[in-house]
Amino acid sequence: MSVDAAWARTWIRNSARVLAEHRSELNTLDREIGDGDHGENMDRGFTAVLAKLDATPDAATPAELFKTLASTLISTVGGAAGPLYGTAYLKAAGAVTGADELDGPAVVAFLTAGRDGIVLRGKAASGDKTMIDAWTPAVDAAIDAEAAGASADQILAAAADAAEAGAVATEPLVARKGRASYLGERAIGHRDPGAQSTALLLRCAADAAVGR
Amino acid sequence: MTPSGTAPADTLVGLVLVSHSSQIADGLVALARQMAPTVPLVPAGGTDEGGIGTSFTKVTDGINAADTGAGVVILCDLGSAILTAETALDFLDDDVRARVRVADAPLVEGAVAAAVSAETGGDLDFVLHAAESALRDSARPAADSSAEASSAAVGPVERTVTLRNRDGLHARPAADFVKLASTFDAEVTVNGKDARSLLGIMSLGLTRGASVQISGRDEGARAAVDALADLIESGFGEE
Repeated sequence: MSVDAAWARTWIRNSARVLAEHRSELNTLDREIGDGDHGENMDRGFTAVLAKLDATPDAATPAELFKTLASTLISTVGGAAGPLYGTAYLKAAGAVTGADELDGPAVVAFLTAGRDGIVLRGKAASGDKTMIDAWTPAVDAAIDAEAAGASADQILAAAADAAEAGAVATEPLVARKGRASYLGERAIGHRDPGAQSTALLLRCAADAAVGR
Repeated sequence: MTPSGTAPADTLVGLVLVSHSSQIADGLVALARQMAPTVPLVPAGGTDEGGIGTSFTKVTDGINAADTGAGVVILCDLGSAILTAETALDFLDDDVRARVRVADAPLVEGAVAAAVSAETGGDLDFVLHAAESALRDSARPAADSSAEASSAAVGPVERTVTLRNRDGLHARPAADFVKLASTFDAEVTVNGKDARSLLGIMSLGLTRGASVQISGRDEGARAAVDALADLIESGFGEE
């Protein structure tokens, strides 16, 4: 079983809905250790993506859809999340260029390239209390699931579970990157908003694959 | 840094000043403009809607506006401004990207140092270096005194001259001075400051009539010390 352009469209639309629903939650997390606009920025970016998505040709491949998503996020999300998520989707799209369907190995390649894009852009490492702390467990879980013979939807579900656990696990950390790093130990006890939005996005990816 | 340190004729290195705040970017352009009347200085502050944040579109458009062919140095404030600038670089054509640099420098000090360096026709590497040495040069006190003591023991090359031009070592003469110093591969200090550091020289606040001590570590610095002392005695072509 694999996922396709219809999955990509559903994922993006669900992401926009879920981020709108969690807008104030993400703002609150960001207010505690950052500048308080992460929910607003993500909501604005994905709202802009919806209009762009409607204008894409019906035959667009998943990679083409994710490139549209990437460039829209980069140009409409004012905070660090725009370049970070934009680069993630851009690099992820590059890993599946031309494919109409993504099987298990392609989904792993997609997630890995996305995570690597964020590392390249933000230069954060695991344990720095950033979105990488959700992405890297997700990629590791995806690799393990694929190696165990899981299908694309099962791989995405494993990635989403691991991202959620990774986001929770940022709470006791001291931030070493981003605005929260100015706070030192005061960041302890607060969940990283970028890790939380990553968990939400990957859950949307898994939900969009259910029953495909 | 290239030996000549000079941009191609008729083109100056441009600057893009990226801030989360449009007022900061605009204000910084006005500040740097005082000392750099002809350099392309482009503000890229705030989001597309005018809020606090950075805009990929403003940075990309800013690079294109600042690029006259001699290259562009981008200066940024907080972290996500750097991310936005680096992402904008990724989307440039290869030939344009090859002449764009993101400076690792404090925004205000770096922009002023870079603007003055660009105004004197400094090339891309020279302007980038001016920006990136800005914090160290403006904040740190003069050279290590113990090093000076040991070099004194072996007889440093030294000339003391008097500033004669009307405005002293202000922006343009200071930039001319630093550019000349950069053509020599010798460690030379001016009243203890690195002769190749624009903000370091400017921070000395040397005015007309001031005594300027130009020192080199050893005999190899003789040519540099003489050339720099001669430049000061020439009055920089001013009254």
